[in-house]
Amino acid sequence: MLKMTHLSKAYRTEVVETYALRDFSINVREGEFVAVTGPSGSGKTTFLTIAGLLEEFTGGEYLLDGADVRGLNDNQRSKLRNEKIGFIFQAFNLIPDLNVYDNIEVPLRYRGLAAGERKRRIQDSLQRVGLSARMRHYPAELSGGQQQRVAIARALAGSPRLLLADEPTGNLDTQMARGVMELLEELHRDGATIVMVTHDPELAVRAQREVHIVDGQVVDLAAPSRRVSGVSAQL
Amino acid sequence: MFVYYLKLALRSLRRNVVLTVLMIAAIGVGIGASMTTVTIFRAMDADPVPEKSGQLFAPQIDNYGPTNKKVVAGDEEQLQDQITYTDAVNLMNAHAATRQAAMYVTALPVTPPNRDLQPFQAHTRATYKDFFQMFQVPFLYGGPWSASDDTDRASVVIISRGLNDRVFGGANSVGRTLNLDNHEYRVVGVLDRWRPLPRFYDLTTSKYGEGEELYIPFSRAIEAHMESWESSNCAGDVGAPGWDGYLHSECVWLQFWVELPTPADAARYRVFLNNYAAEQERSGRFHWPPRTRLRNVKEWLVHWHAVSDEVRILVLVAFSFLFVCLLNAMGLMLAKIMNRAGDIGVRRALGANRATIFGQCLMEAGVVGLAGGLLGLALTALGLAGVRLIVSESTARLTHLSLSDIAIALGLAVCATTLAGLYPTWRAAHVQPAWQLKAQ
Repeated sequence: MLKMTHLSKAYRTEVVETYALRDFSINVREGEFVAVTGPSGSGKTTFLTIAGLLEEFTGGEYLLDGADVRGLNDNQRSKLRNEKIGFIFQAFNLIPDLNVYDNIEVPLRYRGLAAGERKRRIQDSLQRVGLSARMRHYPAELSGGQQQRVAIARALAGSPRLLLADEPTGNLDTQMARGVMELLEELHRDGATIVMVTHDPELAVRAQREVHIVDGQVVDLAAPSRRVSGVSAQL
Repeated sequence: MFVYYLKLALRSLRRNVVLTVLMIAAIGVGIGASMTTVTIFRAMDADPVPEKSGQLFAPQIDNYGPTNKKVVAGDEEQLQDQITYTDAVNLMNAHAATRQAAMYVTALPVTPPNRDLQPFQAHTRATYKDFFQMFQVPFLYGGPWSASDDTDRASVVIISRGLNDRVFGGANSVGRTLNLDNHEYRVVGVLDRWRPLPRFYDLTTSKYGEGEELYIPFSRAIEAHMESWESSNCAGDVGAPGWDGYLHSECVWLQFWVELPTPADAARYRVFLNNYAAEQERSGRFHWPPRTRLRNVKEWLVHWHAVSDEVRILVLVAFSFLFVCLLNAMGLMLAKIMNRAGDIGVRRALGANRATIFGQCLMEAGVVGLAGGLLGLALTALGLAGVRLIVSESTARLTHLSLSDIAIALGLAVCATTLAGLYPTWRAAHVQPAWQLKAQ
């Protein structure tokens, strides 16, 4: 589903060249739930933005769903992002002057779906995250956990092949974080491919696999199916 | 997507009301100032007879000679703007044009048939029957007098609609008589509303004034010794005393117009005019080579400075002000858009390409422009009302907003604001979504 090989990302100024990712390789298979961990500034978010086609990379290869994304123009990247990728952000990133329905509708509009199809998908995704009753509420009228559920519903509405989550529980209290994690696990069980960036080892253990990044490089590929039950209990 | 963009634009504008109001106000004030001046300029610069302005000509003949030049800035030939009675009669008798009319303005006391009305003085144009067809003057009742009325010095009159309303209560007064200066005149026609702006056929008194209330045959006016109420310029020779002396003097006091339908006709008339001046030289009246000029309506208006230089400068100043207002609006728009960089980043992450963001933001600029245009129209109406308070009555009549002015104001506002919005919109389309999302 997502395969990066010897990928690098450098930020250049006139005097200095800084590598956010260097010789970075990762292979996420379809249906996998992968946690990407690492200290602040290690390159986790850069990895996620490149994976989400929000940023270009400097070198190496990136195959998304088998397609080489190097050299794609803005239109092609936007189309791919819209059709294949769903984003879940730490800050939820709901648009404040749109209500829940309209927020979820945004990516569907850009895909050019008909009004009836958009409505069906929005209702389905809201039902899935348990917020059907909040359709006409504005983000400011929802709790943090509810806002993140709306963000997940927005990501799900487009039926993406890959869900990218950047610290999805980072702005939530324990109770709400548990609900969101359970939802992600449920989505995974239903077959979704999820890549979750987190600096929290307790969340990382709930993924099938953990990829640890330090200084822009993968330093450790942890084995799947470890510690899940213990950390789950703490949440 | 158009409706979706429109919906988003309206939402976005509601989101930061203060910035929105400032943007609309900046554009509205700029549009108001520029449209106020443009409305006046357009009225002054309008073609008063669009269908015939290229076919109507005012001939000029130098009867003063090179030592008696009239000093007019920008006019190298320095020819007189009016002609003498001698030349008018000669040109009329030559019949060298399809239509021709000499004319001047006088005033006649009117004694209404209804004794309840007080006698009053009415501006009267003495002219020839061709005047009405040549200038496409519309008639409410009747029509022009006949050619024989011109030659027979007939006591016939054509009255304006306003005078007909006043004296005859708006009824068809053709065939009725009207006492003018203690002489009975038969009404042969009533004009409909007719007010060419500028009043090109006679710019000597008021460029934007009303037309006359009475029209009588030129020959009748001359016979009755009706003096001109307009300027009369004499180059030294004021002629012998008395009316006949004045008529045969070298004083210029008559307007003269000819209709020449084709460029070939105009070329022929130029030759004729030159030959005429040469003949006057040969006869000993002129002691200088022929100097003549034939200007069509547009050239005549330029020659007369129908639009003053002050108005042109005012238009330039107003548009410069609009430019400054647009720069302000652009700055505010940029601030507003950059304030929403996070939202734009989210939309990009959700699949919007640059063109989509560009279209969305441009729609917002267009909506601001439309709102600014509406405010500008209201300010233009206020501005014109203000102008009406400080200018002469004749100029004040120009200051009205036509449908085309409204369309121009709205079009200008939307186009200018959209143009001003191009840079902020371009910046929005190039928001780096990754940076925005990382920053959050």
